[in-house]
Amino acid sequence: MTSTELNTSSESVVFSVADKGEMPGNYAARKRKNQIMEGILFLAILMALIPLALILFEVIRRGASAMNFEFLTSVQNISLIREGGGYLNGLFGTLYMVGIASLIAVPLGVATATYVVEYSNSKLVPFIQFFTDVMTGVPSIFVGLFVYTILVQGDSIFGGFSTLAGGLGLSLIMIPIIARASEEVIRLVPDDLRNAAYGLGARRWQVVMQIVLPTAASGLITASMLAVARAAGETAVLLLTALGAFKIVPELLGSPQAALPLIIFNEARGPFEPAHARAWAGALELMLLVLLLTLIARYIGRKTQV
Amino acid sequence: MTREAFDRELKALNERILRLGNVVEEDILKAAMALKERDLRTSREMIAADEWVNNQRIEIMMASFTLIATQQPAGPDMRALAATIEIAGELERIHDYVKGLGKISLKLAEIPLPAALADLIPQMAAIAGVMLQQALDAFAANDATLARAIPVQDNDVDELYRQISYELTTTVTQDSGAYENANLIQWAVHNLERSADRVINICEWVVYKAVGKYVEMDSEYEAPATAVTP
Amino acid sequence: MTINHNGSAAGLAVEAKNMNVYYGSFRAVKDISLKIERNSITALIGPSGCGKSTVLRSFNRMNDLVPSARVEGEILFQGNNIYAENVDPVEVRRRIGMVFQKPNPFPKSIYENVAWGARINGFKGNMDELVEQSLHHAALWDEVKDKLDQSGLSLSGGQQQRLCIARTIAVKPEIILMDEPASALDPIATLRIEDLIRELKKEYTILIVTHNMQQAARASDYTAFFNMDSDRAGYLVEFSETDEIFTNPKHELTEQYITGRFG
Repeated sequence: MTSTELNTSSESVVFSVADKGEMPGNYAARKRKNQIMEGILFLAILMALIPLALILFEVIRRGASAMNFEFLTSVQNISLIREGGGYLNGLFGTLYMVGIASLIAVPLGVATATYVVEYSNSKLVPFIQFFTDVMTGVPSIFVGLFVYTILVQGDSIFGGFSTLAGGLGLSLIMIPIIARASEEVIRLVPDDLRNAAYGLGARRWQVVMQIVLPTAASGLITASMLAVARAAGETAVLLLTALGAFKIVPELLGSPQAALPLIIFNEARGPFEPAHARAWAGALELMLLVLLLTLIARYIGRKTQV
Repeated sequence: MTREAFDRELKALNERILRLGNVVEEDILKAAMALKERDLRTSREMIAADEWVNNQRIEIMMASFTLIATQQPAGPDMRALAATIEIAGELERIHDYVKGLGKISLKLAEIPLPAALADLIPQMAAIAGVMLQQALDAFAANDATLARAIPVQDNDVDELYRQISYELTTTVTQDSGAYENANLIQWAVHNLERSADRVINICEWVVYKAVGKYVEMDSEYEAPATAVTP
Repeated sequence: MTINHNGSAAGLAVEAKNMNVYYGSFRAVKDISLKIERNSITALIGPSGCGKSTVLRSFNRMNDLVPSARVEGEILFQGNNIYAENVDPVEVRRRIGMVFQKPNPFPKSIYENVAWGARINGFKGNMDELVEQSLHHAALWDEVKDKLDQSGLSLSGGQQQRLCIARTIAVKPEIILMDEPASALDPIATLRIEDLIRELKKEYTILIVTHNMQQAARASDYTAFFNMDSDRAGYLVEFSETDEIFTNPKHELTEQYITGRFG
């Protein structure tokens, strides 16, 4: 660059006069507006929380008074009119069926989500996403009817209500929930990690199985727990697949199975006070069960994180 | 992306070099004339002026270091700063020779120069001065071709140097009492000869600044017929 | 260790020949030809969008992971075109490793971070030794030797990046590609990484993309300057020794870029 060029370039520069950066005069007004908005937000949160708190309060208040050692350790009282008995058969059935449903739904749901995220260039992906979206929205009674028609009814495969039919029905509820939630979780795994793994000469399955899924593990557990909680409280599906039972049913097939929500539904429906009291205790039991499972999942999730 | 501030600083440094160079060039002539004319007052001024030159050189150097440390110059910018630092140094040393001429002038006091030499010394200074002026022009225009054409004139300076030395030898042979003064004059002439050499150094840095290639030059150096890009 | 099949280019680690990279129908870089000498550090510099990262990622087929990306031309690694049909990109990435802009250790222990890549590549030797050696080479051993079972994420940014380098070394690649490896680090950590890069070139050939011109000047032997053409495709403007690029660039655009008077 010659000195003459330097000359012209420095002379031709027009300095833009910077704004004087005046202090905003409406500062106080803006501050007030901010406070009003904060107040509105706080009220909205309060309104959302009040019903939740009331439910919780009511379940605990009424449930706790009926909850006792007998309730937790005995099976159902056949009579709605008499006091005594518990929901042990329901608790057993719920754990049994939710367990089966989880065994099916967690691997399938996570696998679906993994496929959607990690094989995003596949032409199947939009299709799969559409289906999981639709399935999440399907009323659970339809799911129940579907399983009933295919497996339970008359001379179909299972030929009657059973634990397995209930578990399968619940798994159909869980799969789309797990798939949808896991998809978000897996998407959160930074691409940096995938690139790092590929950069080390890893194959896709190694990246997915050894880097992406372990990294997403705690999120996947949370996603699964969402579905477990939903399944544990599910009633409509079970009406058409498990039906209900008054005793503990260890059989997988051939005999109807009990579940907490089914019993609550049955006992709360009638006009009888002892049954109502048990139903409240059952509701509390179900709530505590979900809470406990969530806490365990949280704990495991934290353990898997390095 | 432009670098307004940096460009301004570079330009200012260029101007300082030119100003310093002009003073040094003038002082070579003045000191030589003062030697010839026995103008002791001017000789004293030349000695005194050296301090200003030294200060200028240090200031230019420090300003350049600051730019290097703060602006991360690269390529032609770095070369310009390197050349600036070196040329300031060469100018400072040339002025040391000027100061030397002043001191010799004071030592010779009232004794006139041998008549045969009286005109040759300012003539030598004039050539060195012209060379310096041209080198400064080449620096200002960033003109490597011009810078490469300057060193050949050093032949004339060397020729005068030989001529004067010969005259001095003759003088001493005829009159051994003139030995001491002849020695002083020899010293003065040597200073002028060295000044011209240092102008060639300046030319080398001008070439480096312009084209990024450092080429050693002397009076034997033949400038390429056309501008050569390295 | 290397058998060169084309004979003439004995000291070359890798060479790009008339390479073009497309994203869909958009040509991101065009006509790149670049010869990288073995055991040298080559910096790729240029303004944003000039395709220097794309070029870097082409050298180990990381672009394959971008669905729409397509590479034309050849990249010769030990005489073989890594884009030839019978070449497994996974094998290419094992032999030409990569360090990324953001330190990205796996959410595993420090030990596992280093061991993982070697393990999936079927390393059968003494893993403890390999981990220690790799951490040593990455100048991290002394800082982590007492906490190998702690998470890689517990380290500072600069340490994490050195862990990522250790992880890359553990696979024993021949070339290491670095995509702005110090841009997320503070100046001191940056200088440590640069020192490390200098150290690593004894055993590896290194290509480094950097936005930081001073870093290119400090840390590299060769510098390639890329620019974006009017059709928005990146192209190689000038490739030369770093000394030359930073004191006496041949091309006017290079000169404008390194003196900060670009665009």
